[in-house]
Amino acid sequence: MTNNKTQRKGPVVFSDIESLSGLKKALELGSDKVVDIIKESKFRGRGGAGFPTGLKWGLAAAENEQEKYVVCNADEGEPGTFKDRVLLTEYPKLLFEGMIIAAFAIGAEKGYLYLRAEYKSFLAELENELAQMRKDNLLGNNILGKEGFNFDIEILLGAGAYICGEETALIESMEGNRGEPRNRPPFPVNTGFNGHPTIVNNVETFAAAVHIISKGAEWFKSIGTKDSTGSKLLSISGDCLKPGVYEVPFGTSIKEILKMVEAKDTKAVQVGGASGTCVPKKQFNRLIAYEDLSTGGSVIIFSNKRNMLEVAKNFLEFFEEESCGQCTPCREGLPVLLEAVDALERGQCSKEYLKDVVNLTETMQIAAKCGLGQSCPNAFVSIINNFKEEYSLAKINKKEKR
Amino acid sequence: MDKNKPFAQDTSRAPVSQRINESDAAAGGVKKKKVKITINDLELEVPAGTTILEAAKSVNIKIPTLCQHDDLCLAGVCRVCVVEVEGQKTLQASCSYPVFSSIKVNTYSPSVRRARQNIIQLLLKNHYGECYACSRNNNCQLQALAKDYKIDEYKFGHIDSPKYEKDISSYSVERDMNKCVLCLRCVRTCIDLQEVGVLEAVNRGKNTKIATYQDKPLNDVVCINCGQCINRCPTGALKSKDPAQAIWEAIDDPQKHVIIQTAPSPRAAIGEEFGLPAGTSVTKKMNTALKRIGFDKVFDTNFTADLTIMEEGTELLLRLKKALVDKDKDVALPQLTSCSPGWIKYIEHFYPDKLDYLSTAKSPQQMFGAIAKTWYAQKYNIDPKDIVSVSLMPCSAKKFECERAEMNDSGFQDVDYALTTREMAGMIKECGIDLPNLPESDFDDPLGVGTGAALIFGATGGVMEAAIRTVYEIVTGEEVPFEKLRIAPVRGMEGIRTAELPITKAVKAWKFLEGAVLKVMIGHGTANAKKIMDMLCRGELDGYHFIEVMACPGGCIGGGGQPIPTNAKIREARAKAIYAEDEGLPLRKSHENPVVKQIYAEFLKNGPCGHLSHKLLHTSYTPRGKWIGKKKKSS
Repeated sequence: MTNNKTQRKGPVVFSDIESLSGLKKALELGSDKVVDIIKESKFRGRGGAGFPTGLKWGLAAAENEQEKYVVCNADEGEPGTFKDRVLLTEYPKLLFEGMIIAAFAIGAEKGYLYLRAEYKSFLAELENELAQMRKDNLLGNNILGKEGFNFDIEILLGAGAYICGEETALIESMEGNRGEPRNRPPFPVNTGFNGHPTIVNNVETFAAAVHIISKGAEWFKSIGTKDSTGSKLLSISGDCLKPGVYEVPFGTSIKEILKMVEAKDTKAVQVGGASGTCVPKKQFNRLIAYEDLSTGGSVIIFSNKRNMLEVAKNFLEFFEEESCGQCTPCREGLPVLLEAVDALERGQCSKEYLKDVVNLTETMQIAAKCGLGQSCPNAFVSIINNFKEEYSLAKINKKEKR
Repeated sequence: MDKNKPFAQDTSRAPVSQRINESDAAAGGVKKKKVKITINDLELEVPAGTTILEAAKSVNIKIPTLCQHDDLCLAGVCRVCVVEVEGQKTLQASCSYPVFSSIKVNTYSPSVRRARQNIIQLLLKNHYGECYACSRNNNCQLQALAKDYKIDEYKFGHIDSPKYEKDISSYSVERDMNKCVLCLRCVRTCIDLQEVGVLEAVNRGKNTKIATYQDKPLNDVVCINCGQCINRCPTGALKSKDPAQAIWEAIDDPQKHVIIQTAPSPRAAIGEEFGLPAGTSVTKKMNTALKRIGFDKVFDTNFTADLTIMEEGTELLLRLKKALVDKDKDVALPQLTSCSPGWIKYIEHFYPDKLDYLSTAKSPQQMFGAIAKTWYAQKYNIDPKDIVSVSLMPCSAKKFECERAEMNDSGFQDVDYALTTREMAGMIKECGIDLPNLPESDFDDPLGVGTGAALIFGATGGVMEAAIRTVYEIVTGEEVPFEKLRIAPVRGMEGIRTAELPITKAVKAWKFLEGAVLKVMIGHGTANAKKIMDMLCRGELDGYHFIEVMACPGGCIGGGGQPIPTNAKIREARAKAIYAEDEGLPLRKSHENPVVKQIYAEFLKNGPCGHLSHKLLHTSYTPRGKWIGKKKKSS
């Protein structure tokens, strides 16, 4: 049995809900209204990118095609993220209910749960749940007596690539291809799985959507901030006494979080996983919110004892291995950043060289093909900018830059 | 066919979203709706779905590219072509950004310029080797980028030792992955354009590389040697195996009688290597160049192309007779052409149980080899062991073909070396010969006489047209009913074409064909070959009699040994040159070739498909299947 270390109370996902109340309400309201409520709630995707869910569902619903797909992205691979694991093991029915609602909203008959290979041990339990739901007419034909609403869910296993958490790479992987992000546009909502309109949403997104449909947009908007409605599941790890999965309303500050998990002597907090931002102490008033610190849920705490160059190196090594390798900035840029960290550690990095490297990180951030490539230098950049005291630049004559 | 439509579009196995113009459909099929786009303050209207790159090209704004290729599906991986689109946080790859709504684009904003500089630096970082020791020196897209962007130092370092061993196992294609910049053009060529699927990217991140199945040498996988990957590689990572050194040695050896046969396609393309526009035919200047280089005789593969028509055409008629008169149900029809060695290896690997359908006639190159070391040697009293038989081919697969173990019916290796157009240009340049300004000269006798029918072998549909010109006349006693012998239905660049030719009357020997309708099909590029073979397997081609297949898009004029670059326009120009030259020739039907008549009269005395023909001019095939090579040693 998985030990999830969860604080099982929270404003949205971990709040009480009557089983199937979301789905029943959705069937009552009709698909257009479901999309409207999600739109009205200003709900945004919980996977990290924060794309407005209502907009995504609305675009897919508007596609005039017979075949459409609902895909749940359970390729939870961002370092320091383990909140979807809780939902997959303890709230699978809620998650599947969310997928059924989404299918009803966009008019899909087939759904896929893309489960990361490392979560293979959950497979049997999830399959059992699906089997039971089929028995209960929650999946199959004419779901809950709704004439013509047919939907079923199949589970597909990933093969262990981080990049397959990127939605188009995930679709490639589902199609049996090498997991590499696609060009966008066109977007999955019109050209997704096997070329058909597809919505890909995070596990948490589906789970929260059930609550929104059940309890209404107004209720949801009362939680969080004006632009970031609702709550966020955080997987908190690192130098603290109470690591685990927490649900906090958007607008919670880093300071509050540190207090909640009893962290002491904190030097920095990495928000958003390896591809996120490294927040230094002086910025601990910053908030978890799309308008400030956007995150897929990973919060990693570093105490004073940690060497930040090592932290940067650790993240970069992760990306160097997990980059899909198709686009130049990401594939070739990461080794350069690692070489720079190396030079910094040895005290052999000149100011000029560092400037070139920082210039390169900007290129990676704007010119890489996918979200991973664009965000992989983030931690490096924030550490270089915010922890200048942890490295010294070499005074080498300009010609020999390193 | 829409001339701008990329060849791969109909055949691509690429994900729907990455096929060119497929995004058109994704936008709800709003065909030909116009949208406004502003590029660097220049306003224009383009059809919805046009990429930024195409739009820019249409108004002569140059955006640098590397992974983009007109023949291939989109990749958007090199990121060299990024541009700024107003309102977007990140830069967009112009090659793969379809325009559906009004947008403003800047192609050289400060952030674009900085990004391009950095990206080119990154591409150079791991590109091992030096430009002056490279077969693609001065014809390399990476080098051109570095030049255009004034790279004069390696900002982020440069690799100083090779990472990979060169793969020189193949008779045709050499791979040096140290020069690879992972643009995936070869992968897209092999998987999407040709649907052979030998090359694919493996591993992730910095360990990404292009590999074969289990990283086996190219010789041990199902590579068909078509060389289309070479033609599309932007750098020198892929090249054909160059036999020039061995040929020089033969030329320098006074004991050796070095002869060269030249295929129809190189003469329509070699000028490109000397700065002439595509579609400039330089046949007679090339002859002069070859003689000056030191070849003892310069012959024409067209001679044996005519011979091929006689053999293959007769074979077809005999098969038809067996099927229609003798009611032999085991006759393999339709008959498939056998001139293209890439296609032969393809069918041997992928349809090994369908080899009976292939004509047993050797390719013109191999017929020439067999005739040169027998009839020619006897006639001119030359010891065949002293003959070094070289061929100038548009093709990399010809190198493999002449090394086939069975190709020694003359008692020697029939053809010793196959040179590509590019390699020949190299030899000519090495001698300081200025090809475009040479005087003209003719082919040598007797193997230098060819007809226009043989010449058009170079373009897709050409073999079919040549065959029809002859077969129709043999059967009906009349010339084909087409103005100026232009059999238009079999010409063109569409991937698969079909044509029907009613035979309204027939001479006595072929009376059984009277009233029949000859049904033919033409396919080029192995992706289309695959479609044809799948139709054949499903029994959908039962009514067809003769099918021409060429491994390369466009036929031989688009071969893997032709000048780089290649695209639909260039291939079309080369084809046009060949058809034009055909019309200017006095003899345009293979059976009218006087030397062909002569050889049947004095040497191949039992006529086409006779005993000696069978020995020298026909061959058999090897069912190779997909599992070849040695098993990997367990270490």
